[in-house]
Amino acid sequence: MTQFQTETVPVSNNTGEPVIVATDVEKWYDNGFHVLKGVSMTVYKGEVLVVMGPSGSGKSTFIRTFNALEPYQKGSIEVDGIELAHDLKNIEAIRREVGMVFQQFNLFPHLTVLQNVTLAPIWVRHWPKAKAQEVAMQLLERVGILEQAQKFPGQLSGGQQQRVAIARSLAMQPKVMLFDEPTSALDPEMVREVLDVMRTLATEGMTMVCVTHEVGFAREVAARVVLMDGGVLVEENTPEAFFNDPQEDRTKKFLSQIL
Amino acid sequence: MTTATPDTVSTAPEVKRLAIVPWLHKNLFSNWFNSLLTVVVTAILGYAAYGMVVWGFTVAQWVVIPNNMGLFMTGLYPSDQYWRIWLLLGIVSALAGLSWGMLARNLPTLFSRNVLIGFAVVCAGFVLFPPTRPSSPKLLLMVAIVAAMAWAGRFIGRSKPGLGKWITLLWFISYFIAIWLIGGGLGLAGVSTNDWGGLVLTLLMAVSGIALCFPIGVALALGRRSSLPVVKWLSVAYIELIRGVPLIAILFMGQVMIPLFLPEGMRPDRVLRAVIGLTFFSAAYLAENVRAGLQSVPRGQQEAAASLGLNTPLSLTLIVLPQALKTAIPAIVGQFISLFQDTTLLSIVGLAELLGISRSILANPSYLGRYAEVYLFIGVLYWFFCYAMSLGSRRIEELLNTDHR
Ligand SMILES: Nc1ncnc2c1ncn2[C@@H]1O[C@H](COP(=O)(O)OP(=O)(O)OP(=O)(O)O)[C@@H](O)[C@H]1O
Ligand SMILES: [Mg+2]
Repeated sequence: MTQFQTETVPVSNNTGEPVIVATDVEKWYDNGFHVLKGVSMTVYKGEVLVVMGPSGSGKSTFIRTFNALEPYQKGSIEVDGIELAHDLKNIEAIRREVGMVFQQFNLFPHLTVLQNVTLAPIWVRHWPKAKAQEVAMQLLERVGILEQAQKFPGQLSGGQQQRVAIARSLAMQPKVMLFDEPTSALDPEMVREVLDVMRTLATEGMTMVCVTHEVGFAREVAARVVLMDGGVLVEENTPEAFFNDPQEDRTKKFLSQIL
Repeated sequence: MTTATPDTVSTAPEVKRLAIVPWLHKNLFSNWFNSLLTVVVTAILGYAAYGMVVWGFTVAQWVVIPNNMGLFMTGLYPSDQYWRIWLLLGIVSALAGLSWGMLARNLPTLFSRNVLIGFAVVCAGFVLFPPTRPSSPKLLLMVAIVAAMAWAGRFIGRSKPGLGKWITLLWFISYFIAIWLIGGGLGLAGVSTNDWGGLVLTLLMAVSGIALCFPIGVALALGRRSSLPVVKWLSVAYIELIRGVPLIAILFMGQVMIPLFLPEGMRPDRVLRAVIGLTFFSAAYLAENVRAGLQSVPRGQQEAAASLGLNTPLSLTLIVLPQALKTAIPAIVGQFISLFQDTTLLSIVGLAELLGISRSILANPSYLGRYAEVYLFIGVLYWFFCYAMSLGSRRIEELLNTDHR
């Protein structure tokens, strides 16, 4: 059995060291839209942080700043101790340590499942092909799609594709995993198989930031849940308190819509 | 692109093979208007075909073709050096067979029934068709080489699949061997480019143009999308400038004006000038085709590549370009076919390529007025190569189709 991470850190309540520190992040889109209005958030090692919020509140934009897919104009973001300056040269160095799983999977359709998973380790980490393939096969076994290794993404179901996407990110042995609504594009019967993989990942101590509206998942594995609305963080709480005893009106309103 | 739905490979509705009479009824005589249309069109087509056959067997004087076969194929190439062209043809046949065998190594049969029929027709043509009869043994040998090398290629491909990529290198080397064989030097008697001609020159220019315009076109397409303003605007300026000028003007500039500007010794050879003109012209159009392909690749692909730590060059070459070029294959091959046909314009600027040499044959008093025969013959030749390219492009598309298998 492969460990997703070499060292296992107990699910912490903010006692671990910080992996991502975002301070007063502000972002405007090119059309002048003020999407992030001073967001501060710290992600600690080994914890699962769930981000919720209404559509268009800036959740995706926010977590995409963590691996510099979106630039920001004010504030600072530190990932693994490295400041994400605006024209950072070692942008790729950060991206190697931060895995990301997209709503639309974004698998490479012209490559087989195995090639999807081995691509980055071979070309970015410069692993020998044999090693990359061995690790990839172990990961594919973990996410339960070993038999599909030689197929192309187009031949898999949505749930299978998303699990391949998770394996593809894990192959780079990232320190943090970002999930942007990983189950929203899936048919209901496939949501579980993806959440199961994420749950296992969480119990093994992976640091995760998940944008998701899966309440069950959040209750079970999240250390903290935050609510984002209109480009600001409205509430941050333990899942227990967040769902049972929300403090802010906006949280109450949001929960009444999704529960 | 990818969707959340499970395997949507729906089984195609079974194609019912209708018997002839119901088929005719359904497709040609479904109502009175269609019936009338069918009858009229069939009558016109039949009349035209009848006219063609009558002309072909009674009026046409085909002797112009076999008597000038050497000219059609190689122009004024010295006939005591023809063996070099044959050798070249042999090399190309061998490589073609080898590539075929390698590509088709996993197919159940090396040659499908249609291909075998094609082979048989070609062989029969070589034996029966008068113009080719003097060379029939050599031509049959070429077919045999293709078949034999295909078997060999399949054998090699199965035992050592990794060798496949060396085929590209072999083709690359064979191009320079071709130039050497045609032009001479290094121990072979030199043949001036003024004596290059016919189909050989047409193919040489087309292949050179295609091979050169492809990388330039891709570079221009990428340049047009570049975030560096200078690169971007230079690419746009080049593409728009070239697309605003007719090819014939570029070719005239190459043949007539460049010699005026450059001193005697520095003038590039006229065949080279022609290839440069064709290349630069086609590259601009190709760039637009490739750009359309690039735009068809979803943004998420680049984001996924970036999030894995791939830098821009890697993401372009491993993720974006393969997908973009795949979508653009039909358009790209269409551009290659145009380039091939555009070589005919070089006859206007005085090159003795297939059309040019045909015009000089027609100027020979002994073949006065044999226009129809000659143009029909070279028309069939052009069609053959263009159709082969378009067939090839469809095969490549099938091979690369990974969406639903
Ligand atoms: N490229 C862009 N240019 C301008 N505005 C944008 C751009 N991308 C997103 N926006 C706007 O920014 C806001 C936040 O978008 P974002 O995708 O981060 O929201 P979200 O919280 O992830 O929503 P959802 O739940 O629908 O995914 C939205 O109002 C959106 O319309
Ligand atoms: Mg979103």
